[in-house]
Amino acid sequence: MARAIGGLLFIIALLYPSRLAGERPYFVTYDHQMEEPGNLELAINPTIGIPKRANGFVGTTVELEYGLKGWWTTEFYLDSQSTRRDSTLFTGWRWENRFRLLMREHWINPVLYIEFVDINGADKSLKEIVGHDSEEDLATPNREARLERKREIEAKLILSSNFKGWNVSENFIAEKNLTNEPWEFGYAFGFNRPLGLEASSVACNFCRENFHAGVELFGGLGDWHTFGLKNTSHYVCPLLSWELRNGTTIRFSPAFGLTGQSTRALLRFSISYEVQGFGRHLRRRSR
Amino acid sequence: MKRSQVSFIFSALLLITLVAYGAKQSKKEAEPEPLLAHAPARAAKLMNPYANQPKAVLAGKNLYQRYCAQCHGSDGSGRGKAPGPHSSTVQQVAPGILFWYLKNGNLKAGMPAWSSLPDQQLWQLVTFLKATK
Repeated sequence: MARAIGGLLFIIALLYPSRLAGERPYFVTYDHQMEEPGNLELAINPTIGIPKRANGFVGTTVELEYGLKGWWTTEFYLDSQSTRRDSTLFTGWRWENRFRLLMREHWINPVLYIEFVDINGADKSLKEIVGHDSEEDLATPNREARLERKREIEAKLILSSNFKGWNVSENFIAEKNLTNEPWEFGYAFGFNRPLGLEASSVACNFCRENFHAGVELFGGLGDWHTFGLKNTSHYVCPLLSWELRNGTTIRFSPAFGLTGQSTRALLRFSISYEVQGFGRHLRRRSR
Repeated sequence: MKRSQVSFIFSALLLITLVAYGAKQSKKEAEPEPLLAHAPARAAKLMNPYANQPKAVLAGKNLYQRYCAQCHGSDGSGRGKAPGPHSSTVQQVAPGILFWYLKNGNLKAGMPAWSSLPDQQLWQLVTFLKATK
């Protein structure tokens, strides 16, 4: 199913015009940059997991991000995974909304994030780490893990600042499984900047300003009853993104586990494509 | 009724409230704020470090085509409510106020904040906008 939708997205990408619109380089951390109103971003984000005590896997999310308003961005995700010596399966969907709380630029810019998640226990997209998420969770065979249904609500407070070309962002994450499980907490922190602050006078793909480099740090903070760093996973990840002139952004980030509970390494990739004026085209065609 | 069902209904209600709030905000947006009306006085005093530099005009033109042309038109004449570089609004306003406006946007009226671009690139954009007559 995820492949079919990926194909459909590719066709949409070919049909609509595109130019660059400034894509955030982070994989886990969010900043206060919103999708431009009426623009649709299509992305495929594979994550290759290299665990110590479980089979290797590829968790993939297909992402559709749409700018509803200048201050409101909505995103829909489809998750799937493939585990070595096991199986490939569709694991569920997510729907997130981000609301920028202040309409002007400040030193710290808060954004409220609310997400509904309907996935099964086999999901390996690792979009964020919360509670006591650990490598053990990834070792359960798919046929067992898929039986667990996770309906979750997730809230984030995103704080983000831009200063002299740098972006520094902090996210505080609270997630609640809608069954009787307690609230789980996590964090993400990241900073990045373009390799060149000035734009070149010639249009080019390999100019320094098209590359962003930075670092992300994210992990779990336990749950309502056991808040803290004990038995939690944490990762540090250098990241690099490259924005091409045709509207495509390519991102790469190796993540390294910092604690015994963490997976040894994750290799994250992303290819996204910005479809500009998608909403305007749709409205025109519906008339 | 199971506790999980209660939680799900509560969450759905929360989302509906947020969507309703969004719709209300959209109605408010039917009356757009006057362009550039909220720029602070100190913004007008900001000096453009790239003023009259031909290379900055070219760089600004590239940036304009990349980020702005889809809404403001690639020929400089504007599109719909979005004024182009040729418009009197853009030409009459001080460079510092244009810089402030690009950085902050007008989110309620649909103009994104371009604070993710470094100040240098915003000034290059301003240089291009001011050089386009």
